Parts: sequence; C-alpha cells; structure tokens
Amino acid sequence: MAFEVTMPQMGADMTEGTIVKWFKQVGESVARGELLAEIETDKANVEIEAFEAGTIIKLIAHEGEVVPVGEVIALLGAENEAAPDIERKPPAEPAKRAIEPEMKAASRAPAMAPGASTVVEPPHAPGGNGRIRISPVARRIAVEAGFDYSSVRGSGPDGRILRKDIESAIAAGGASTAARPPAPEKERDSQGTGAVRPATAAGTTSLSKMRQAIARRMSQSKATAPHYYLTLDIDMTAALEFRSQINANATEEQRVSINDLIVKACAIALERQPQFNAEFHESGLEMHERVNICIGVALDDGLIAPAILDCQSKSLGRIAVEAKDLIGRAKSGHLRADEYSEGTFTITNLGAYGVETLIGIINPPQAAILGVGSVMPQPLVRDNQVVVRQVMKVALSADHRVSDGAEGARFIKEIQALLEAPAALAL
Amino acid sequence: MAEMRMRDALREALREEMLRDEQVFLMGEDIGAYGGSYAVTKGLLDEFGEERMRDTPIAESGMVGIGIGAAMGGMHPMVEMMTINFSFLALDQIVNSAAKLYRMSNGQINVPMVVRMASGGGSQLAATHSPSLEGLYAHFPGLKVVCPSNAADAKGLLKRAFRDENTVIFIEHTANYALKGEVPDDPDYLVEFGVANTLRSGSDVTIVGYSGSVHQAMRAARMLEEQEEIDAEVIDLRTIRPLDIDTVVNSVKKTNRAVIVEDDWLFGGFGGELSAQIMERAFDYLDAPVARVSSKDVPLPYNRNLEFAALPSEEDVVEAVLRMFKE
Amino acid sequence: MTTPIQSAATTELGEEQLGLFLYQMVLIRRFEEKCGELYTKGKIKGFLHLYTGQEACAVGAIAALEERDKIVTHYRDHGHALARGLDPNRVMAELFGKATGVSGGRGGSMHLYDITKGFLGGYAIVAAHLPLAVGLGVASQMKKEDSVALCIFGDGSVGEGEFHEALNMSVLWKTPTIFFCENNLYGMGVPLKESLSTDIPKLAAAYNMPAVSVDGMDVLAVHTAMKEAVAHARSGNGPYFVEAMTYRYRGHSMADPELYRLKDEIERYRKRDCIERLKTQMFEAGQLDEAKFEQIAVRVEQVVEDSIEFAERSPQPGLDTLFDFVTKEPARG
Repeated sequence: MAFEVTMPQMGADMTEGTIVKWFKQVGESVARGELLAEIETDKANVEIEAFEAGTIIKLIAHEGEVVPVGEVIALLGAENEAAPDIERKPPAEPAKRAIEPEMKAASRAPAMAPGASTVVEPPHAPGGNGRIRISPVARRIAVEAGFDYSSVRGSGPDGRILRKDIESAIAAGGASTAARPPAPEKERDSQGTGAVRPATAAGTTSLSKMRQAIARRMSQSKATAPHYYLTLDIDMTAALEFRSQINANATEEQRVSINDLIVKACAIALERQPQFNAEFHESGLEMHERVNICIGVALDDGLIAPAILDCQSKSLGRIAVEAKDLIGRAKSGHLRADEYSEGTFTITNLGAYGVETLIGIINPPQAAILGVGSVMPQPLVRDNQVVVRQVMKVALSADHRVSDGAEGARFIKEIQALLEAPAALAL
Repeated sequence: MAEMRMRDALREALREEMLRDEQVFLMGEDIGAYGGSYAVTKGLLDEFGEERMRDTPIAESGMVGIGIGAAMGGMHPMVEMMTINFSFLALDQIVNSAAKLYRMSNGQINVPMVVRMASGGGSQLAATHSPSLEGLYAHFPGLKVVCPSNAADAKGLLKRAFRDENTVIFIEHTANYALKGEVPDDPDYLVEFGVANTLRSGSDVTIVGYSGSVHQAMRAARMLEEQEEIDAEVIDLRTIRPLDIDTVVNSVKKTNRAVIVEDDWLFGGFGGELSAQIMERAFDYLDAPVARVSSKDVPLPYNRNLEFAALPSEEDVVEAVLRMFKE
Repeated sequence: MTTPIQSAATTELGEEQLGLFLYQMVLIRRFEEKCGELYTKGKIKGFLHLYTGQEACAVGAIAALEERDKIVTHYRDHGHALARGLDPNRVMAELFGKATGVSGGRGGSMHLYDITKGFLGGYAIVAAHLPLAVGLGVASQMKKEDSVALCIFGDGSVGEGEFHEALNMSVLWKTPTIFFCENNLYGMGVPLKESLSTDIPKLAAAYNMPAVSVDGMDVLAVHTAMKEAVAHARSGNGPYFVEAMTYRYRGHSMADPELYRLKDEIERYRKRDCIERLKTQMFEAGQLDEAKFEQIAVRVEQVVEDSIEFAERSPQPGLDTLFDFVTKEPARG
C-alpha cells in the first residue's frame, strides 16, 4: 500500500512550493521523521520530513518543479513494491473564497442577521394613498417629460419604476394620457412657506398676500388688456431628440429641460417680432431692448413668474443653468427685485401636470403670454402616412391693443418652426 | 421624581446598582477619594469602601483587562476611563478581549462589564481631549454602545447596563453632565437598550441625534418651526448599538427627509452607517439625499471660535434642512 | 531574588503521578507532531504554533492546580489544554474547525476554551491575558472563592506594557495570581537577549513579587516550583512569579523557516529532552521499564488517532449558526 507524500502546507499563505532537492532517491528507505526533501516557499527554504517509514517507490515531482500545495510529490511503499502509474496532475485553479456546496445546501436558512423588523410598511400599491415606488432618475425623467407615471408598472424590486420603464412608457406613449397628475405627493411641496390653512369652521380660507396679488393683477389684466388667443400643435419629436443629445454629457446643472428649449425659441422669435416684447401705454408702444422671459413657477399657495434676464444674449446652456437657479430661489423666496419686476414676456408651462392645453392670462404690463401643455404622443399625418409623434399644444394669449391676429400667427409659427427644427436653438 | 444634574443621576444609578448587586464594583483613576474626574463617583468610597471602589494606577489597558478577568470570574465591574481619549490605551482589551470572548469561546465565557468614559468637544480641551468616538466602538460586533442625552436616560441606561451580560461602552458627553432634568427615583427604573426616543413629533423632516448632538437637533427643530414653518421630528437614539433603526425608518417614511447630527467626524463616522441604513430601508420614501451634520474633518482646535466652527451647530442643522426644501 | 529550585525526588510524587506526567508529555508530543503533519496536508488551517519541547512546563505547572483554579494562557496552547484534561477529541476537532471542537470551530488553534475545566482560553494578543489573570484573582478574592489564577505566557510578553501593569496591580491588590513565564528564548525569531535589557525574574522582583527561575525541561523542577507558587497565592500572600527555561523544537509557527537559529542548537536541547529525562529518572528508580513505556506509547497513539478520526467525522458548524454568540441575551432581571 503506497503512502503519498504531498507538497506540504507550511503557513497559511503558502499556495505552492518548488522542489529544491530530494535527499532520497527511488529504492532508498526512510525512517519516520527523516528528512526527505528541501522545498522552497515564497518565504524561505524548508526541509520536509517523512511522516511514515518506508521505501521511496516513485518521485513524481522533480527538482526544480513548482508544485501546488497538497499535490503528490512522491510515493512511499514497501520494499520492491511496484509504483502505481501516477503522473502529476495539471495545476488546479487558484482556490476561490467559496462556501463548500454541501454546507450551503445543509443550512436551514440563509445567513441573515437575527431580529425581526418592526418597520411599518405604508400601502404603496398603485391607486393606494401611499407613495409610488420610483427611482430618483426615473422620476426626474418623467417630470421633465411631463409624463404621468402613476400607472406605470415598475420592473424593479417591489415594483419600483426604473429608468427603463419610464423611457419605454414614454416611447410607447402609454400611460401619459391619464388625466391624473403624477403622484400627488401628500407632503408639503418643496418650499417652506405655510400651506393654506382653514381659517373658520365654515370652510372659507383667508387670503395670503400672494393670493391677493395674483387676484389683483389677473383682474387688472383681463379688465384692461383685450386678449386674443391662438393655439397650435408643435411636433416636439426632434426637439426631444435634440435635448437628449445635449444632455447626454451634461452635468446635472447644465441639463436642458423642455421649457428651456421653449424659452430659447421665444427669445429668438421675440427678437424678430418685437411687438410681442412690448408694453402698451396710451401714449404709444414701448418696445423693450432686453428680452426678459418670465417662467411661471407654481408654489403651494400660488404662483410666481420671475424673469430670466437678457435672454436675447444668452445661449441655451446659460438659460438652462439660470432657469434652475431661478426656480430654486423662487421656491425658497430668494429672488432679486429685477427678476420680479423687469419681465417682458411670459411662458407658463403645465406640461409636468399632464395638461393638454393651457390658455394663459397676460402678465401685465406685458403684451403676450405663451401657454404650454404636455408633450404627448399623437398620430400625425406626415408624407401621407399616419405616424406617432411627440406633440405639444401651445396657446398664445396676446394683447389686441398691441398686435393683431396675423402678427400673432406669424409669431407662434416662428416658435413652432424653431422647435421643430431645433438646431438653431444651439446657436 | 427629583430634579438633578446628569452627573448626579449617574451617581444614583451606580449607587443603586452597588446596593442591589454585590458583584458590582468600580475601578478607575481617581474614582475614590477624588470623587471622579467629573465628580460622578463622589461619596461612593465612603459608602462602599476600598474593595468595591478601587483607585487604579494610570494604566488603562491593565485596568480594563482586570475588569474583563473579574467579569469572567463572576463579578460585574465598572471601569471608568476618565475620558474617551484614554480609552485608546485600552482599545486592545476592549476590542480583542471584551468584544470577542463570548464569540470565540462558543458562548462559554461572557464579559459583563461597563466601561464608562466622557466624550465630546466644546470645552477648549484641544485635539487629544475632545473626540467623540461612539461610532468607533459601535463598529465592533460584541459591544454595546450607550450615549445618553439627559439625566433621566443616563440613570435608566446605566442601571440597564448593569443588567446586561455583555460589555457596555457607556459614553457621557461632558456638555451634558451639568444638565438638569427630572429623574425617577424608582430603583427599578430602567431604560431599555435599542429603543430610540422620539423627543418631538413632526411631519416635514426627521432629525436624528445621540448624546450631545440631541440638543443641537432640538434647538434646530425649534428654529425651523419658528422661522421657517418647517415641522421637524427629532429622534434621540440613546443607544447606537443596538440601533433602533426601525424608529428612524418609520419616521423617515413619514417625513421623507432625514438629517443626522453628531459630534463625530464626517468621514467614516457613525452618521455614514445610519445614512446607509436609511437609504437601504427607506429608499423609496426619500425626497432628498440623507444629510449629515458632523464635526468638520479636523482635529479639534483649542481656540474657542475655531472649535465652535469645527463642531456641528443648530444653524448647520437648519441649513441642512433648508437645502432639502430647495429644488 | 531568584532561588534555585531543586527537582523533586521521583520518590516524593509516587509512581502513579510520575506515570501520569510521562503519559501527558508523550501525549502532547505525539499530538503536536500529528498536528504538524495534518497542517502540511491542509487539514488544519490558519496559524499553528506547536509546543514540542516545552511539554514539561504545561504538565508540571498545571498538575499543581486544583480543579477550582483558573487558567489563562497564550496561543501555543494545545499542551496546556491537554495537560488540564481537555478532551483530545474535542481539541483536535477544534483544530479541524468542527462543531464538536472545544470552541465550536469558532476559535481554532489559538483560542481553546473549556470552562468546565477552568480553562479560560488561549490568547493570541501577546500579554493581553495577563491583566485578565489579575482580574480573575480579584473576583476570587471578592467572592472569597479560595481559587488561584494561573497565567501562562511567553518571554515575548515582558516587553508589553500590560505585563508591567498587570504585575504592578496584582501586587498592589495582592491577587492570587501565578505568573508562569515559559522562556523559550525567542520572541518569534528575535532572541530574548536582544529584546530585554535585564533578566525576566528581576522584573517581577522589581514589583516586589517573589520570583523563581526553574529548568523548564525538567517536569519535576517545574512542578516543585509551582506547588510553592500555588501555596503562596492561595494563602493570601499575593502573586508569585515562575520563569521556566525551556525550548521549542519547532519554529514559532508552521510558517517559520527558522533562519535565526542553528540546527545544532536544537540538537543540544533535544539532548535535554523532558520526556527522555523523566523516562531515565523513572527507569533508574525502577518505576518504569521498556514494556511499560511501550504501553504508554501505544495508548497515546490510539488517543491521537482516535482524536483525528473524531475530528474527521465531526460535522462542521452550520451556516445558520453564523450569528450565534455575538452578544449574550437576554439581560438579567
């Protein structure tokens, strides 16, 4: 019965050794404890001894050979015993940090920390009054696209809506037609001012200062400025593509929204048709040199429309950066005086709320306002083919004292042309 | 109930536990005639004598090791480290022996011991005498880490520590020693480990603190209410290991925002652990990234203004909250 | 300061006691040789520090204790565990990492525990267990238990601060602690004379602790010194220090290439081998013959082979026990 001599493990980190020298040759006998060979490890040379007495019947590894730990390097046997036919095995794969499969199979439960959780899970099924599980990136894409994600089925863990779910839903034109605005999150919106609170048991509410201001200005506008309205569909497919190209490598701060594209298009159109960037006085029209475009920002207890100043001289990227800053400061109540008072034209956009058409009231003393609805997939006829395109409805409300319908039509068509061939917006 | 300072509440706890259990004894530098560096053990020598009130040489590793041995021999020692900085000298005993023996012995040996130490900055003691290392100790499986914010909790938690079968690291913020509060005098008054205390209920943001930082959290919550009409919920963790993550997560699911306030350093501090757990367990309920308000990543300076600039303040907390309410 | 200790006459202890010493030393020797072999074959993993050469220390010292006494020791701890009567099967199973091991497969070679034998562990941080032995003494005093704590450590410990802290406090508080230093001349590979500026017993004497130095290759000399030490500590006189001059035949651990010492030094010490010495003494006293010794060797071989078989056959700890014994719950009322 042959006894195997193996490459010894000499230390926890040893994986292989080199046979430096055999002290015994085939046919020689060894006693227990007698030195057999010198082995070189990463750290030093060590001598290995025989654990059993016997005669060397075969040397499997030769001097100079590198042998993995545990592999047979020689055979001890009885005198005159024939050596079995054993050769060196090909080197094994390096050991990987793995639990032995039978142990894994035998374990009753996965290795989990003990202790039961008492976390309360609020209901979150679609239609419930809980939150919709949606990843931050998916939510941002949905909001920017004005897409209602409340009925999207999420493919992530616990039904979480992921980026790809939103992107494919938008592409398929799915749930966005749902009338409901996206996830009416029940908590206070993103600013610290007080929400409307009941003032009396009868259910009337007192007016905040902002509410009072809105009431006064809107009444004044409707009372003094005779409005005419023009609506138009704009095919935004190219604009969306254009925007994703720009945003592909943009930082968070530089990312361009749909509204930024509209601001830029209006700025160009206003330069070309300055009667929409004007103010009516009994004595005559005042044409503004600066194009200060107001953007409506919804607050919990009202709205405010601060201006991005000097849009005539600002790139799309600049407008995008400033718009974000402006919205942030509007919500936290940190606007500058000129941003309140120097606006010359207004864009009001309820696209994020799934609104189809928005017909605005002119923000006095300006001459016009552009109302913007959601971008929604719609069948359109192109080259005698029905195709699905991403369509946005816009409505121009203009002061008839300043301009006439035909001028308005040219102006709104200009905006349409710019958005449908958006390359010019980048100039 | 009686009104007392936290240091007196701690003394009451020690006294009651020594009366209750004759296996309880105290060791430390100057805990006897001197009365303890923060006067927590004042008067106990007269009442309990030298065998149970042992002044030690200045030898932190030795005294903690002796505490471990005594605990293995059936006693329930309390070792006072004077200040948390000195506990570095005993770190090997705490980490390699106290925290691991129960485990390595396959449940044969446990180390019921309380190691008390004072922590926290704000007293111009400069870098070596001001750290907050609760998170360091919480890192080691096998230890419990207790960090009371007030007198009543200090008493109930310390008494509870003497009922535990494990080594309890009991960390007292120096700024809290003189704080007064109503403290129950019931000898069975205990505050359970791993049960956070919601000090203030709110709907807009959850502010989590422990030890000294609870007070910054509370002041910030009042400022937010008065100045910004923001309704903050404040949670005092009381023990950070075991950690009552459920109370934190339930609160965050309600408020959708979390700010962690601690005296520990930002980089690698306990707040990072808590933040990660909130993210893992309340990801779908967050409206903003979890914010951490911690000490600046510098050794604490001596100069008063520089020290205050390095430590977290209630204004820092308010600012962190307001950032979450901006777009 | 250092009193020379005379080896007890073989007649003082009686044939049965001497036979037990011999059996234990042979058992430890063979057990350790087998461990070395099993390590090279990958059956035992991690760090492995063998005790061959030092058997007289464990056997002579531990035999001086009573059942109620406590032991803490260093990481070269198989010999102490076997001398204290821990089940060889369960010690070997621990080295194999099995659930039946004395530490349930959670400790390994350096961390053997059996509280039923007062064997409170091998400690793998040099000198960390010295204060623990003082604390065990404090507990014994305060609970009036009449037990002593034996602390076994190597010469490498004396450079650590904890050595000095423990000795000092032990004397101050007069704890029933016996500091037993196995001086095998090397801290890993550094000779003691290069790492210590004085002699070890002088350090103990500096703390006003009685200290002796004995031939650690002579089980009877070790035993005699330890009986004195135990009597001293048990009678309330405080700690006692024993230095046993010994030698390990193998490297510091299995990974040790032994570049720092010469083979003839090992051979020189092998000539003073503790087993051969007792064997000769017993032969001369007519207490042993070749046949009786052969019986011991056969019995030892069987015990060691059985322990390997037991270890091989034992189950591994279940993965579901991974979180067991991190903290002990619940709290006491």
